[in-house]
Amino acid sequence: MTAMTTREAQAVDAALDRFRDEQGALLPVLHAVQDNLGYIPKGATPALASAFNISRAEVHGVITYYHHFRQTEPAQHKLAICQAEACQARGCRSLTATAEAAVGCRLGEHTDDNRWELEPVYCLGLCASGPSVELDGKLYARITPERLEALIRKKELS
Amino acid sequence: MSITVYVPRDSAALAVGADEVAAALQEQAAKRGAKISLVRNGSRGLLWLEPMVEVVVNGKRLAYGPVAPEDVAGLLDAGLLEGKTHRLALGDIAEHPYLKNQERLTFARVGITDPLSLEDYQAHEGFAGLRAALKLAPADIVQQVLDSGLRGRGGAGFPAGIKWKTVLGAQAAQKYIVVNADEGDSGTFADRMVMEGDPYMLIEGMAIAGIAVGATRGYVYIRSEYPDAVEVMEAAVERATAAGFLGDNILGSGKAFRIIVRKAAGSYVCGEETALLESLEGKRGIVRAKPPLPALAGLFGQPTVINNVLTLAAVPFILARGPKAYADFGMGRSRGTLPFQLAGNIRHGGLVEKAFGVTARELIETFGGGTESGRPARAVQIGGPLGAYLPDSLLDLPMDYEALAAKGAVLGHGGLVVFDDTVDMAEQARYAMEFCAIESCGKCTPCRIGSTRGAEVIQRLQAKPAEAPVQAKLLRDLCDTMLNGSLCAMGGMTPYPVLSALDHFPEDFHLAAPAHQAA
Repeated sequence: MTAMTTREAQAVDAALDRFRDEQGALLPVLHAVQDNLGYIPKGATPALASAFNISRAEVHGVITYYHHFRQTEPAQHKLAICQAEACQARGCRSLTATAEAAVGCRLGEHTDDNRWELEPVYCLGLCASGPSVELDGKLYARITPERLEALIRKKELS
Repeated sequence: MSITVYVPRDSAALAVGADEVAAALQEQAAKRGAKISLVRNGSRGLLWLEPMVEVVVNGKRLAYGPVAPEDVAGLLDAGLLEGKTHRLALGDIAEHPYLKNQERLTFARVGITDPLSLEDYQAHEGFAGLRAALKLAPADIVQQVLDSGLRGRGGAGFPAGIKWKTVLGAQAAQKYIVVNADEGDSGTFADRMVMEGDPYMLIEGMAIAGIAVGATRGYVYIRSEYPDAVEVMEAAVERATAAGFLGDNILGSGKAFRIIVRKAAGSYVCGEETALLESLEGKRGIVRAKPPLPALAGLFGQPTVINNVLTLAAVPFILARGPKAYADFGMGRSRGTLPFQLAGNIRHGGLVEKAFGVTARELIETFGGGTESGRPARAVQIGGPLGAYLPDSLLDLPMDYEALAAKGAVLGHGGLVVFDDTVDMAEQARYAMEFCAIESCGKCTPCRIGSTRGAEVIQRLQAKPAEAPVQAKLLRDLCDTMLNGSLCAMGGMTPYPVLSALDHFPEDFHLAAPAHQAA
């Protein structure tokens, strides 16, 4: 099992401490760790298992079951593109192709230099103003391929 | 005196630049020496007009939209603060036909008030339902909900009062109220708008439910794709607790109710109530077999009321105005109103709250103004990814649980997604199967395996038109297995979009005649 760095261990301890008194708090703890580090360290599994008195397999099962949780460091920029029906009706398929060409990786993958990752998302709740994307945590709706390219270029320069 | 200006904080407004518009207003007003008091309201739900700026002039709220940050200087020069005319002027927003022709019971305050202002909330009938409930015996509160005819708004349409009655009758030291705010269906955003635009209404509904069934603890399970809703709900719970509307002694009544906001983690199937409960307990979101019902053995094995956001949001009105005032709206066994959500390829997309019985055509054409692209509408998916695709010929159906079920369709959470004539319905059917394969919890075989095989069958059909009749037969057989053999609605309803596409749009599947005539 991979050992955690000091920073990782501190993040896990802080999260466990924060939700010590809350019942069934594995998800809030995982969120707190990921919000802090950007990912959930693989080495965190034993500490989490022991804190919740469940098996390591169960902790691993929870982390890998939910799409939101990740065990690898995120890319510098994350672009999530809605792939659900309401955005399909408003052109998300061609928008996705534009994004893939602009950043140089396929949906669900990241670039070799880990500068960009493209993620499918199934509904951001902006279904009357699609297609919509989330770029580095900020929502954008009524996005055209041209506007998306401009947003990507702006991030490239930052 | 300063002039009150509203700029929405709803994420559908933020995603099209509402924050930038608000900042430009502050800056440009200051430059001109004008004193404005900026309120960040919820959205009125006229989403094609967002960001929509409103200014209060002579007691009326005059609106302008859609406003881009670069429009702000010109708007102020034209006299926005005096309500003067401009190409973006919409006039008195309360008189706008899109709003005027609605029956807003649940969404009465959304877009009007400052979502986090307790004063605003109470000035608009807020907490009147809770105060009424505190004077009633628990069984009488449940009776009012029963009498209102309120049914679960998550999709299944189960009578809310019966659920509550079961939990009230259950004996346990700890009971729970759980709000299903895992609004994962594409084409729906009403839960999000409630949480971001009128969070105290949901809190009030939860507190009433808690008092009614004897639950002292509540959870709101909100999808992680809604960070703004999570933030607003957390702030609202904190403020409501500090003001004594929640806590150990609600408004001095001696009754206790506390709320915890929980963030989900991106699993669609967690919108299924038992998977949601598993997730709240810190486990994988795997569907439970029923029985036992959550009403008897729900969260942490205790009696639990689990309701959708819109179900609980309807409760304060019912308690404040009486069950009859609510039941007077609607048709048949579908009483009250439903906040419909017009989405996809539609000109005037947004939120339309109407009594049950309105037709899909009225919603899409009268309110929605047809497609955004200007091309003919070809298909409408009602009720999310597990809902049927309806052709034009079925759009005159009244929006009512039973009327839709009779046509193999569902109302679901009230979302309508419009597609124009460029849509490929075989591709939509394939996507439905693919989505099920991505999101299946894996517990039952028809859903876990069936969805993957389903996507493959449709792919083969797309690739080899000559084999279409054989593959279509195989697909129908598979759908039958999924429909009848799945543990929950995920696998059990994925056939709805698939079969409806096949039935109503056979030409997209390289089939000449409607295949169901041959079957």
